[in-house]
Amino acid sequence: MFDFLDSGQYDLLGAFWVTAQLALYSAIGSLVWGTALVAMRVSPVPLMRGFGTAYVNLVRNTPLTVVVVACSFGLNQTLQVTLGGDDFKEIGFRLAVLGLTAYTGTFVCEALRSGINTVPAGQAEAARALGMSFTQVLTLVVLPQAFRAAITPLANVLIALTKNTTVAAAIGATEAALLMKEMIENEAQALFTVFGIFAFGFIVLTLPTGLVLGWAAKRLAVKR
Amino acid sequence: MKLRNASAAAAAAVVLALTATACGTGSDSGSNGDKITIGIKFDQPGLGLKTPDGSYAGFDVDVAKYVAKELGYDEGKITWKQAPSAERENLIKNGDVKFVVASYSINEKRLKEVDFAGPYFLTHQDLLVRADDTSITKVEDLNSKKLCSVTGSTSAQNVKEKLAPQADLQQLGGYSECLTGLENKAVDALTTDASILAGYASQKEHQGKFKLAGLSMSDENYGIGLKKGDSDLKGKINKALEKMVSDGTWDKLVKQHFGPSGYKNEPAPKIAG
Amino acid sequence: MNSVLYDVPGPRARQRNVVYTILFLVALGLVAYWVLSAMADKNQLAAEKWSPFVTDSQVWTTYLLPGLAETLKAAALSILIALPLGAALGIGRLSDHRWVRVPVGAVVEFFRAIPVLLLMMFASAVYAQFTPVSSDFRPLYAVVTGLVLYNASVIAEVVRAGVLSLPRGQGDAAVALGMRKGQTMLYVLLPQAVTVMLPALVSQLVVIVKDTALGGALLGFGELLSQNRQITANYGANTIAAFTVIALVYIVLNALLTHLAARLERRLRQGRRAAAVKDVAPVTNVEMGGANAGGV
Repeated sequence: MFDFLDSGQYDLLGAFWVTAQLALYSAIGSLVWGTALVAMRVSPVPLMRGFGTAYVNLVRNTPLTVVVVACSFGLNQTLQVTLGGDDFKEIGFRLAVLGLTAYTGTFVCEALRSGINTVPAGQAEAARALGMSFTQVLTLVVLPQAFRAAITPLANVLIALTKNTTVAAAIGATEAALLMKEMIENEAQALFTVFGIFAFGFIVLTLPTGLVLGWAAKRLAVKR
Repeated sequence: MKLRNASAAAAAAVVLALTATACGTGSDSGSNGDKITIGIKFDQPGLGLKTPDGSYAGFDVDVAKYVAKELGYDEGKITWKQAPSAERENLIKNGDVKFVVASYSINEKRLKEVDFAGPYFLTHQDLLVRADDTSITKVEDLNSKKLCSVTGSTSAQNVKEKLAPQADLQQLGGYSECLTGLENKAVDALTTDASILAGYASQKEHQGKFKLAGLSMSDENYGIGLKKGDSDLKGKINKALEKMVSDGTWDKLVKQHFGPSGYKNEPAPKIAG
Repeated sequence: MNSVLYDVPGPRARQRNVVYTILFLVALGLVAYWVLSAMADKNQLAAEKWSPFVTDSQVWTTYLLPGLAETLKAAALSILIALPLGAALGIGRLSDHRWVRVPVGAVVEFFRAIPVLLLMMFASAVYAQFTPVSSDFRPLYAVVTGLVLYNASVIAEVVRAGVLSLPRGQGDAAVALGMRKGQTMLYVLLPQAVTVMLPALVSQLVVIVKDTALGGALLGFGELLSQNRQITANYGANTIAAFTVIALVYIVLNALLTHLAARLERRLRQGRRAAAVKDVAPVTNVEMGGANAGGV
């Protein structure tokens, strides 16, 4: 039943390694981009607020498939952005990270915004009374508390991101979903085994994230 | 109370939708009485294309029309059905279509599942390059080039395994995606059957932009796929194809659909009994 | 919250804001210029690539609108099947019996952990191998199956959180009146939970609409996004133009749904206040850990 796995024809671990890398790089990228977006959305400059709001509302309402495929067509095929990749395999991977970051950043932004809303107004008011500027209020007082309050929603975003990496299959990144598609076509008789393997793989990837971050959320919660 | 009404309505809607789709499933078995269902491509200019006004155009479409007419079905009696490459065997085996005319190359693997009438057209795997590009003259030149093809196609596997293993191959969902890259110089060549490439190059938006490299990298005999063992239908279709070649319709259709690209077609292949 | 983070700008802060605004505008302008000039360079801005979407109504009637109809059909079927299924799973997870609660919980967690694309691909293969569903409907069936399995488990969590968010007194009062467990759930808890979770459910609809595009890209489902291929085959490889138009259709559709969710939430808040039930806040996507996973 499992003999097709021994043939060496399918690089299962390799595919899941690509999935994990996609998730990791996109997670870092979207955390940075999401923080920048939320800073824009609460900033005193009206134009930045407008841009942040417009970006979040536009990108959040676009299917991820469209975002990722648009990265491939628009950036690579038309504008010839290669992001320093040498061949299509590398370029595909980097474009996928870019697309996932652009999309997931909006959800990180929303999670952080809900985190900011949990910080009592008195905190920011006290900081301002001490003479802090907007940047200081945000980076020294509000965001550190907001991050701790936002761990649970951020964990959910991370889990969703891990699952969303499968969309990169649409632009040919050699990750798990693409391999599963190939295996379903070639090993039709072992359909349930194939699905079981990939389901297990994703559970292994997502379950610890939820547990660890759930524990962290409890530990780090701001006691009030 | 309002809530309960809403959920009842929702449940009714689901049941309705399911039965509606279910009804559509079983009723059609290729041909019933005076109708015939034929599988073609919907997205390949020159071969089988659904045009904006909802009609269908291309060489495969016209061949299918001719054959259907010989079998006694007028154009109005034909129901067209989309036959994507991966679905062609299933469509035939399930009896969803009477036969398939969809750039369907005859090969060993497919012969195990379906029968073919014809061949009605011989073509080769070739490259489409930009009109001003002269750097690709033989297969080996590909090793230093960026190449595009459709995910999982035999042309793509051919390149990867035999022709030019070092070529940087990008696999995308469809040919027009590759064409965008070719136009913008993100890729250097697009590879698949010459007939398909000629179809794209002949489109009025593309005339003069692309050309065929003229490399014959494989032989592809297009046949008309039909249910295994239906020798009666196979014989009738073969007779229709022979007549199409002998009365000059075949030449006319080839000129009409592939002419503008400067594609040099092979003569009509001999029908294998 | 915004105004809490910074003082009312004085003359110098106002000047600084003007400078920031200009710098930001210049940066945006540079990016826009780079994109547009590169596109013009590649002839992507040529009128014949874009004009069909305005001048040729057949682009809409032959490709885009039928595609949109397929998208909506798949989304509507999915939510209509997922709702009762999800409600049942959610209630099952709240059951007093261990032998119901544990397996239902396992099912819900399993389908929430697996990418919906994998579910769709699996469903498609199962239908192809074991059922006589014709190839016309198989992609639709596969997409709906994948979406139902995933969203039913998300909705189960929404329902569970909705019921748990109700004041304990509601259930206690029902028991005191002599209602059975089923009656308490059906007549007291569920109706109140539904109103609390309505905004989250509408937001989930946005997720479903977006996920139908997966079927178009990888399963050959003839929904809105997949029309891109047929349009570009007819209008000279105008992929960028076709993509932009398709993305705009999605954005408008989903913005309408989001707007609906926000309005529902506002009305519910007001309704609640009038009824003086203060401790029941609407379950929104962001506040609700469980449902938010689906929101991405």
